[in-house]
Amino acid sequence: MTPDVSTIWDWLDQVPDPEIPVISVVDLGIVRDVAWQGDTLEVAVTPTYSGCPATSVISMDIETALYDRGVTNVRIKTQIAPPWTTDWLSDKGRAKLTEYGIAPPSPAGGPDTCPRCGGTHLTRISQFGSTPCKAHWRCDDCLEPFDYFKCI
Amino acid sequence: MTDHTALFEYLLRLGDNTLVLGHRVSEWCGHAPVLEEDIALANTALDLIGQTQMWFGLAGEVEGAERSADDLAMLRDVWDFRNLLLVEQPNGDFGQTLMRQCLFDAFHFELLTELTRASDDRIAAIAAKALKEVTYHLDRSSETVIGLGDGTEESHRRMQAALDLLWPYVGEMFTADAVDDAMHTARIAPDLTTLRARYDERLNNILSEATLRKPDSNFAQSGGKSGFRHTEHLGHMLTQMQWLQRAYPGATW
Repeated sequence: MTPDVSTIWDWLDQVPDPEIPVISVVDLGIVRDVAWQGDTLEVAVTPTYSGCPATSVISMDIETALYDRGVTNVRIKTQIAPPWTTDWLSDKGRAKLTEYGIAPPSPAGGPDTCPRCGGTHLTRISQFGSTPCKAHWRCDDCLEPFDYFKCI
Repeated sequence: MTDHTALFEYLLRLGDNTLVLGHRVSEWCGHAPVLEEDIALANTALDLIGQTQMWFGLAGEVEGAERSADDLAMLRDVWDFRNLLLVEQPNGDFGQTLMRQCLFDAFHFELLTELTRASDDRIAAIAAKALKEVTYHLDRSSETVIGLGDGTEESHRRMQAALDLLWPYVGEMFTADAVDDAMHTARIAPDLTTLRARYDERLNNILSEATLRKPDSNFAQSGGKSGFRHTEHLGHMLTQMQWLQRAYPGATW
């Protein structure tokens, strides 16, 4: 029996992002579509940044997770339009990021509060952080550096 | 020149610019003056190489000769490259690298903005994706040029020297040839005269804030995007970049 699409979405929601394992690939908003084409499951995935080295690992992790549950006919389709935006991060994902110590993206273009102490005196160190999707900030209240998931 | 040939040539130009600059910037990895700048340079290089994969993927598809993005990057020789002379120039010091970046980013930003409205959906999609990344590149390179230009006597001197050195390579970006004209007629590429006006306005603001003086001469070197005559630097760069695939054809890991 072929599992229905909503079951597949639940399964994919258990596939962690390889760089930030507390959130799933669904939380990240990079799984754009799941559909059966005959007996082949087509999963549309969009890259976060065009050169992000995690992209190929993500496709492999998705395939592996589906194989493990008996779905052997999988086709991963890379979809670049519309381009990925941090607006697609789920609320669950945003909460988990904060808990993990990464400030979630904010329309203001910078973090609202320090994910460690909640401080509001923050300084941007660099727009480019430990991965393409993050910027590097410092909290002037607790003096700790932290990552900010930058808006794109 | 048929539209089909022009489209392939144009895609090579887009991909060769990002590939060659991406490789140049990656040469800084582990050598930048401070850790944050090292990370920023590596991230910029990564974005550019990612964009190259998209442009070359499409170029290979348009050409229809079964060449992959990797084939186009690693198995062509100097005379096949269609990048601007500006991006193949050596890194020099950190200031020179960031000046080159700023001169290119300002052009790249305006060009991609226009390409998001291209009549070819595949090009518009890649441009929209790349533009988001390039917006951050331009923010950073312009801020750094301003910071170093309007910095110490030493940093100002070096930035002015970098601008004087690289200025002759700016004109090539805006000198239209048969490929540019064909792409403009096909409603893919913008009119380069209009683009230049927007570029000049943006660059003038950056340079004046940086207290740098734009050279008076508009003499422009050419030969990069047509492939007619690259500077000697590109060949040396390719011997590094393509070494593995040349020595061990088809090697994978």
